[in-house]
Amino acid sequence: MKWLASNYGLVWELMQAHIALCIPPILIGFLISIPIGWVANRYKLSRGVILLVLGLLYTIPSLPLFIFMPLVLGTPQLSSLNVVVALTIYAVALMVRSAADGLSSVDKDILQAASAMGYSGWQRFWRVELPLSGPVLLAGLRVVSASTVSLATIGSVIGVTSLGYLFINGLQRSIPGEVITGIVATLLIAVVFDLVLVLIGRLLLPWIRQDRTSARAARRRAVLIAEGAR
Amino acid sequence: MNLFVEGFAWIFDPANYSGGQGWIVRLLEQLAYTFGATAIALLIAVPLGYLVGHTGRGRDLAVSFSGGFRALPSLGVLILLGLGLGIGFKAPLLTFVIIAIPPILAGAYAGFEAVDRKTIDAARAVGMTEWQVVTRVEIPLGLPLLIGGIRSSLLQVVATATLAAYVSGGALGVFIFDAFATRNYPEALGASILVTALALVLEGIFALLQKLVVPRGVVAKELKDVRQRSSRPLAAAGVPAQEGK
Amino acid sequence: MIEFRSVTKQFPDGTVAVEGFDLVIPPRKTTVLVGSSGCGKTTLLRMINRMIDPTSGSILIDGEDTGGLAPVKLRRRIGYVMQNSGLLPHRKVVDNVATVPVLNGVPKKEARAHALELLDTVGLDRSLADKYPRQLSGGQQQRVGVARGLAADPNILLMDEPFGAVDPIVRAELQQETIRLQEGLGKTVVFVTHDIDEAFLLGHQVVILQKGGHIAQVGTPAEILARPADDFVATFIGADKGKRVLRIQNVDGRDVVVDENGTPTGVLQS
Repeated sequence: MKWLASNYGLVWELMQAHIALCIPPILIGFLISIPIGWVANRYKLSRGVILLVLGLLYTIPSLPLFIFMPLVLGTPQLSSLNVVVALTIYAVALMVRSAADGLSSVDKDILQAASAMGYSGWQRFWRVELPLSGPVLLAGLRVVSASTVSLATIGSVIGVTSLGYLFINGLQRSIPGEVITGIVATLLIAVVFDLVLVLIGRLLLPWIRQDRTSARAARRRAVLIAEGAR
Repeated sequence: MNLFVEGFAWIFDPANYSGGQGWIVRLLEQLAYTFGATAIALLIAVPLGYLVGHTGRGRDLAVSFSGGFRALPSLGVLILLGLGLGIGFKAPLLTFVIIAIPPILAGAYAGFEAVDRKTIDAARAVGMTEWQVVTRVEIPLGLPLLIGGIRSSLLQVVATATLAAYVSGGALGVFIFDAFATRNYPEALGASILVTALALVLEGIFALLQKLVVPRGVVAKELKDVRQRSSRPLAAAGVPAQEGK
Repeated sequence: MIEFRSVTKQFPDGTVAVEGFDLVIPPRKTTVLVGSSGCGKTTLLRMINRMIDPTSGSILIDGEDTGGLAPVKLRRRIGYVMQNSGLLPHRKVVDNVATVPVLNGVPKKEARAHALELLDTVGLDRSLADKYPRQLSGGQQQRVGVARGLAADPNILLMDEPFGAVDPIVRAELQQETIRLQEGLGKTVVFVTHDIDEAFLLGHQVVILQKGGHIAQVGTPAEILARPADDFVATFIGADKGKRVLRIQNVDGRDVVVDENGTPTGVLQS
């Protein structure tokens, strides 16, 4: 507590840097995952290949991936772009599963009904499939958000500024309060992100308020997918 | 790409792989952390997960726990425990146990939950005791999902074990941190390649193992199918909405 | 008028659902396709709005070959009601009903106003308009499904076992409602069911199907009852077990009609 009181400015600065590091991977990862998830869901053959490749990418540990990035991207070793791209890769690897899963969870009868009423393929995707997979997409995005916020701390190990700085600095100076502050600040950002996502979900998916049970089921599924228990 | 070649050159230099400080020993340390932490986590998480799965109580708590745990920065936990427990293997091991618990917990309880309620009703109806329902129906039928959770745990720990070196806990991270200190990029790269290869090999072995261990006909139903079946006829069939069972 | 001309449908997996099917469905009447599962009745229905395309043969609507029409446009002018209603769970009831007119370019406000009128038509309270489908009972959902099928004022209404999943009491209500609507609006209704009683109740024309879409008999319910074409039909309608037989008993000088169990069901008037 004493440490925090005298270093409030530093913590706030690091939190801002941390947030700036996390938002692009979450957003870009989400946007990229939907078309990939659609392809994976649409064509059986592609599903296996896509999920295998993403599974392997997800298997690469974060620290090595950060270290590989400058070689792959040609960026300077201290560039924050290394971390952003690596985190985006993880976000995509996690999110595509949710996207494919969400799209395939849409009741086939409802899709049939939509076609029978005269939705074209394009209209059906935007007005029926995408909104109806919303709860699963949202649940997946929440997992991605939590995971990204946590992983971004590792960026500090390779010298990219984030809340992880407080861990490394706290270790060097043997100040547990600094490390605890870092952990709490990281969790705080994760919680705020999560609340924002839930709020966006409420606004965009008003009908799930009438259907708490399946929203919960979606959350459970997404967490289980992320934990590999599927 | 030249740097990659240097990375491999570092790996294949006998000076780097042999001896008590070589990467073979460090790799074994990394594996010891991985299996040790996962084994301890199994002892804690499996009974807990089975309890949640069997009683159906605390499901949402278990999910929030697993989901929320992702946000916990492992580096921070490791360093905090390192400051408390001192340098050595204790702090890393405890950290990795903490990391390994959520996936196993999720796998254990999801495995139970994925078993068709009708199957369990039938088991009770033919006269099985509650204990027999657990051991003869729920555990074997829930096995595939549990194994999935264990696999996921192992992979997360093997990846995170690289950080153990931060609190002088050994493992392959030793080379990465040493390389950062001496600005030896090929060494960092070589060690990174080793960690990645280790993770990929483990993933491959366990993917294969998972296929072999799961007996045919016992493949637990994916939750998805269950969810669809229940959400569809719903009111139309006059059945109360139930899901996830 | 809808015309099937030697229509055959073979699915990619090799199953022949329908083979050499010919049928004329008269306008402004209810035609019921009835048969057990696997007789191809749903396939036949779905070929009318080109949810399924025939492998060979053609289907004509008012003399026009549907093979030359754009499927999406065709579907928007044919009403479709299915089992489990198929309502969009993320749209309010009123928007579900207004779906097809909105797809056809009718302004949203206008489509909604019309949707409210349709709720009246199918006997639903307007207060349900702002609810989501999940909040309705099965019978109510099915009525919304019918309202949606009628929303674009189509000449043809396709109904695919629409009352299969509701309880018997609600089903009876919905059947009466369907008869009333068909008579009032004069739509050409093509109805699929596996329930022969439902077929006799609703159908002006009843088509009894055997496996592979082979027609066992076509006729009015009375014609089929009077003269089942073969043993299959007799078994299917229950005539072989005396199920459809009513007898007259003379009681106190009046003719009382009794069913196969001897239970009195009514009095004959001359």
